[in-house]
Amino acid sequence: MTTQTTLQLRFFASVREQLGCAEQIVQLPAEIKTVGQVRQWLTGRGGVWADTLGADRSGRSVRMAYQQVMCDESEPLVLADKNQEIAFFPPVTGG
Amino acid sequence: MKIVIQTEDFDVSAELAQLRASQVGALVSFVGTVREVDGAADPHAVQLELEHYPGMTEKSLAAIAQQAIDRFLVNDIVIIHRVGALKCSEQIVLVAVAGKHRGTAFLACEFVMDYLKTEAPFWKKEFGANGSRWVDARTADLSALEKWQ
Repeated sequence: MTTQTTLQLRFFASVREQLGCAEQIVQLPAEIKTVGQVRQWLTGRGGVWADTLGADRSGRSVRMAYQQVMCDESEPLVLADKNQEIAFFPPVTGG
Repeated sequence: MKIVIQTEDFDVSAELAQLRASQVGALVSFVGTVREVDGAADPHAVQLELEHYPGMTEKSLAAIAQQAIDRFLVNDIVIIHRVGALKCSEQIVLVAVAGKHRGTAFLACEFVMDYLKTEAPFWKKEFGANGSRWVDARTADLSALEKWQ
């Protein structure tokens, strides 16, 4: 029997505002293995989730980080790790 | 190496004095400040709100500083970045590099700023006459990275 993975989601800047959500803890279905699949899964919620995290429908690219390191969609989840964190945010504008 | 994220202002000369104590020969620093927002109603009002990703910010800045130290063989790097509400002309960021010679110290300072701009998780929101908006990332910042590849 496969156990579900608990994941901490975090959202920043315009992504946070559009979703009306800064963080959320979710249980991932076992078939989800990459950061890109998490994004697709969240997009499947529809509404603002699809608008904000969908395939760049807003014309602005969404960036992502896994375990607080910038990554792309192919980044694999380390399923044994209990403390997983994925963040979605717009391109950075510091400095 | 010193990496600090703070809401308060910083004192550039105090930071440089600390770096100078290591007697290295060359100090290079860059200070980024808040520029005027076009059409801002009141230049004294809050112009910019800076958000960041606590935890990842410190990690990514430390990684960038370490890359610069390894690549340019400089001795030490200080990065201070402010977050929260900032007014026009206030200081946002300090990058200071101590090294043996100016050439590598200049390069290391520019390298850190170029990567900070494209990789460190900070986001700016601007407040102008027509309300607020998130600042768009500039493609010029991305192409600045090409010279380091």
